[in-house]
Amino acid sequence: MNLQEMSKTVRSDILTMVNRAGSGHPGGSLSAADLMVGLYFGGFLRVDPARPDWEGRDRFILSKGHAAPVLYSVLARKGFFPVEQLWTLRRMGSILQGHPHRESTPGLDCSSGSLGQGLSIANGLALGFRLQGRDNRVFCLLGDGELQEGQIWEAVMTAAQHKLDNLCAIVDYNHVQLDGTTEQIKDLGDLCAKFRAFGWHVIELDGHDMEQILAAYRMAERFRGRPSVLIANTVKGKGVSFMEGDCAWHGAAPNNEQLARALAEIRGEEQI
Amino acid sequence: MIQQLPMRDGYGKALLELCQRGEQILVLDADVAKSTRTVWVREQFPERFLDMGISEQDMVGTAAGLALSGVTPFVSTYGVFLAGRAWDQIRTTVCYNKLNVKLAGAHAGISVGPDGATHQALEDVALMRVLPQMTVLVPCDAEETRKATLAMAERPGPCYIRFGREAVPVITEADTPFEIGKARLCRAGEDAAVFANGAMVYEALQAAETLAGEGISVRVYDLHTVKPLDEEAILNAAAETGCLVTAEEHQEAGGMGSAVAELLAKKAPTPLELVAVKDCFGQSGQPGELMARYGLDCQGICAAVRRALARKK
Repeated sequence: MNLQEMSKTVRSDILTMVNRAGSGHPGGSLSAADLMVGLYFGGFLRVDPARPDWEGRDRFILSKGHAAPVLYSVLARKGFFPVEQLWTLRRMGSILQGHPHRESTPGLDCSSGSLGQGLSIANGLALGFRLQGRDNRVFCLLGDGELQEGQIWEAVMTAAQHKLDNLCAIVDYNHVQLDGTTEQIKDLGDLCAKFRAFGWHVIELDGHDMEQILAAYRMAERFRGRPSVLIANTVKGKGVSFMEGDCAWHGAAPNNEQLARALAEIRGEEQI
Repeated sequence: MIQQLPMRDGYGKALLELCQRGEQILVLDADVAKSTRTVWVREQFPERFLDMGISEQDMVGTAAGLALSGVTPFVSTYGVFLAGRAWDQIRTTVCYNKLNVKLAGAHAGISVGPDGATHQALEDVALMRVLPQMTVLVPCDAEETRKATLAMAERPGPCYIRFGREAVPVITEADTPFEIGKARLCRAGEDAAVFANGAMVYEALQAAETLAGEGISVRVYDLHTVKPLDEEAILNAAAETGCLVTAEEHQEAGGMGSAVAELLAKKAPTPLELVAVKDCFGQSGQPGELMARYGLDCQGICAAVRRALARKK
């Protein structure tokens, strides 16, 4: 599979979903699109769309729950449910709630949306699998803004304390949160140094370079004795020039004209 | 002389029983294992115990992940730091996901004593009972706490149990029935009915004995399950006695008495008096003197029964 092509499809899905819903979070979905495509389509996450509840599956926790559109698109493209369902996002009765709801969506491992909680859940899964002698792996996508939540650092210590090497965290380091940049609001400083100081195996990468993404997942998979974290340098709103780096697009829907421009830009990249 | 034991002993014993049976459980604590009695598990079944350190929110989230992996977690710490501090984690991660997480709030009520208001959980029942999916248990003694913990292990889904620190009279026995959602009739009576839970059940029985000496016949129930509420027992008692009293070691607002009041207002308006803490924080003191100071004792219940009787048509 051509992963770059899949990334474009997922970006188009995100924008179309949020446009049709009239609300949602495109910025942080677009920044995570390549990381999610690498995980789900690069062969690192062991899942079977025909058996969404298969016990042997790996687990993915979307801690930054507002990026639900990117997860929904990847799940649909993977075959967990028909792509047409994407256009029901945020409608009453939809299987695609505004923030992830485990019971509503096939392939979804955990509800989320209140920030800062996902890593603890991922730790619990990793501990539980180890306790039962099972080889399932656990992935957790974190936003950079939510690293301002104290619970994250409690969980960072827990994972290190128990040497959870069946766990891989991914930080979508796009530097933009709802009200502005992370630097303006509560600076995260040297994230790599912080995670290293807490005892983690740290892999820094360009979160939009598919080769680097695949290499990073491979390194995390092989590393033993400590939990791994991918610090992925990304761009909020990546792929749509007028959304990139702008906090206004954290939680706003493009109108029809903006959608057309955005989709053309994403398609246009094909010609370069 | 009636035997006195802390309810938390019952929690620790039940956890040991579950470990001995080989149940797939993991007991989590937040650096208060000696207080909650989970230390017994740490000593005898170290592979079934995890000290999470002083991080209650992370503990609840970790428990959620354990439940998702197929292990049943028992999350143990003081009620204030569990139901209060980790409330959003319990709401959005545990309950919204319908996870099989067992939560144990120790040191509940004002009888925690000298530690003072910061450590006296008086709001936890209210915080837990408003959550969809949640079951809320308030057993009356060490033996019932043991049975409630075992029953909680059998019941799928989120469950909160609260119990006190102090030794209190053991008023139930190994063969006393316990069923989640079923109030237990402790004493028959016709003039009024008292629904009590926790340490207040013993006080209610004392009050019934006192009032019997005045010719007042009081029925006493142990309402150990606040949610789901035993509506049938409450409505029957209301119809048969014509006035009710609730007694709990908790704030009046939102607690078991509120749950009973909601039911009566909807289905059978009946005079009701609530024995509870009246919208204030506790303070340091000896457990017995604090219970008396805040009206959470036999005298407080007797007075409430007399008020309820006076309101009866």
